[in-house]
Amino acid sequence: MTALRGSSRTAQKESRQMLGHFLGLMGKSVFTALVLAFFVIPVLWLVFAPFDAHPGLNVKLPEFTLNNFKVLFDNPTAIASLGNSLILALGSMVVVLVLGSLASYSLSRVKIPGRDLLLYTLLLLSSIITGTAAMVPTFLLMVKLGLIDSQFGVILVLSGGILPTVIFILKDFMDSTPKSYEESARLYGAKPLRILWDVVIPLARPGLATIAVWAVVQVWGNFLVPYILLRSPSKSPAAVVMYTFYTEGGQPNLALISAFSLLFSIPVVAMYFFVNRRYGFRFHGGIKS
Amino acid sequence: MPAPAAGTGPSRAVVDDGDVAGLGKARAVAFLAPGLLLISLFLVFPALWTLYLGLTNYRLSGSAAKNPQFVGIDNYIHALSDDRFFNSLGLTLIFVFGSAVIGQSALGFAIAWTMTRVRKSVRAVVEFFVLLAWIIPSSVTTFLWYAMLDRSNGTLNAMLSTGNTAWLLDYPLQSIIVFNTWVGTAFSMLLFSSALASVPPSQLESARMVGAGPWAQFRDVVFPHIRGHVLTNTLLITLWTFNTFTPYLLTAGGPDDRSNILPIFIYRLALNDGALGQGSAISLIMIIINLVIATVYLRLLKERKS
Repeated sequence: MTALRGSSRTAQKESRQMLGHFLGLMGKSVFTALVLAFFVIPVLWLVFAPFDAHPGLNVKLPEFTLNNFKVLFDNPTAIASLGNSLILALGSMVVVLVLGSLASYSLSRVKIPGRDLLLYTLLLLSSIITGTAAMVPTFLLMVKLGLIDSQFGVILVLSGGILPTVIFILKDFMDSTPKSYEESARLYGAKPLRILWDVVIPLARPGLATIAVWAVVQVWGNFLVPYILLRSPSKSPAAVVMYTFYTEGGQPNLALISAFSLLFSIPVVAMYFFVNRRYGFRFHGGIKS
Repeated sequence: MPAPAAGTGPSRAVVDDGDVAGLGKARAVAFLAPGLLLISLFLVFPALWTLYLGLTNYRLSGSAAKNPQFVGIDNYIHALSDDRFFNSLGLTLIFVFGSAVIGQSALGFAIAWTMTRVRKSVRAVVEFFVLLAWIIPSSVTTFLWYAMLDRSNGTLNAMLSTGNTAWLLDYPLQSIIVFNTWVGTAFSMLLFSSALASVPPSQLESARMVGAGPWAQFRDVVFPHIRGHVLTNTLLITLWTFNTFTPYLLTAGGPDDRSNILPIFIYRLALNDGALGQGSAISLIMIIINLVIATVYLRLLKERKS
């Protein structure tokens, strides 16, 4: 009797487990499908509309054409704005790489009094003084310096904003590069700047590449800083100019916007996945989004 | 805690202190100077200047632009007795809580958790698209959502058969909350993925052996391992969401200030209406809130290191 009851109980337990397993599988699949729908559907427009002969705001399979790209390449403002984004991105990248490697190398090799405090302060500053929180004084400062409507001014502000994070991350890289090469170079009489350029920079290349890509991605998509500091459309980057593409009827020019959005997005997406594949994702505090 | 600066006396320079290239202190400072100068001028100075500007009646144009007067804490009194400021602060709280704490954190965790138990190919596809939302420039993502939510041609109305619902006009705050969740979930997902990968499988195995259900497994095995990450994640995305200006491109704070979160409020007050002094006062309040969040975060980071 007891044995029988026991076995029926096991059967019950098994069937309950099967049910649980089934429900778990269902839940998992439904959730995955919902997540995919949520993240994929808005992006479909970016995939289809640029190739659609009659792009609308809705997502639909395109009536294939490349004419939208012709519209784009015939629009000097649009092409120039992509060039402007490139100038801002590369300009800031050069500034933060040069100043960042000098500073992080010096911080990594020499125990300047107050070094840890300085690093801590830098990290704190970069997280609390964001472009948004400091937009008013930054705007006024640039007015006083006569740097409104200057791409150089935008590069300085953007570089100043990301440089603390750059120094912080690069110092980590510099700390982990082997020091014996520098010692030998020094024995042969090389000067510090020469050692930095010929020995340390090549060793820290993966770190510098990561930082370079990161800086470009940060600046490429930045809207606020160029939006408040630049006046002429001819100097504005893609992120700002995109919102001026209207037809004569006052409607968004979808042919232009769709092709433009795709061309504007591809570089950062490509770079991001390239870096990810090569170096993997890294997490660092204070990275501004 | 002693100051970190202590302990580097002059005698230490002679022994091996890592200065293998013979940089020396003077040159080290010279290497450091250009970077610090840039940071001081374009990051630190604006923040300090906010302190002063917030105490003046500075305006973008008119007589107060040429000769700004010192008005003391008037701007702060004004802000703290202004309904628009409190409306904005309240909206910001809901926005941050809804899109960062609930939206990004919970969704990011749920995705990371589910992806540990699906096929690798499925996981790769899901992670790719979640990441894509994060990487695409914000001007483009806002346009994608503007298209999604459009009243007459939007895909959302077509999918839900909700007729001509004008989502951005009728539900502006909800719209930017969903939008910001969509954009930012990737970070939480990645962080929790790596956190979950650090949970020893043997512990989960033994929990399952003794018959622990999914909830018990989560509470007793997984959660203790990821507790630190939950905190880190919450603080970081709170800080970022609090400072995001991107919703401006979707609703511009409207209609009727109903999505007027602090960054947009400051922009409209200071740079559209020209009230630079008042805008600065509110900026300073924002910087102080940032400071509190960041200090807690950095303290946690330090504790974990030691």
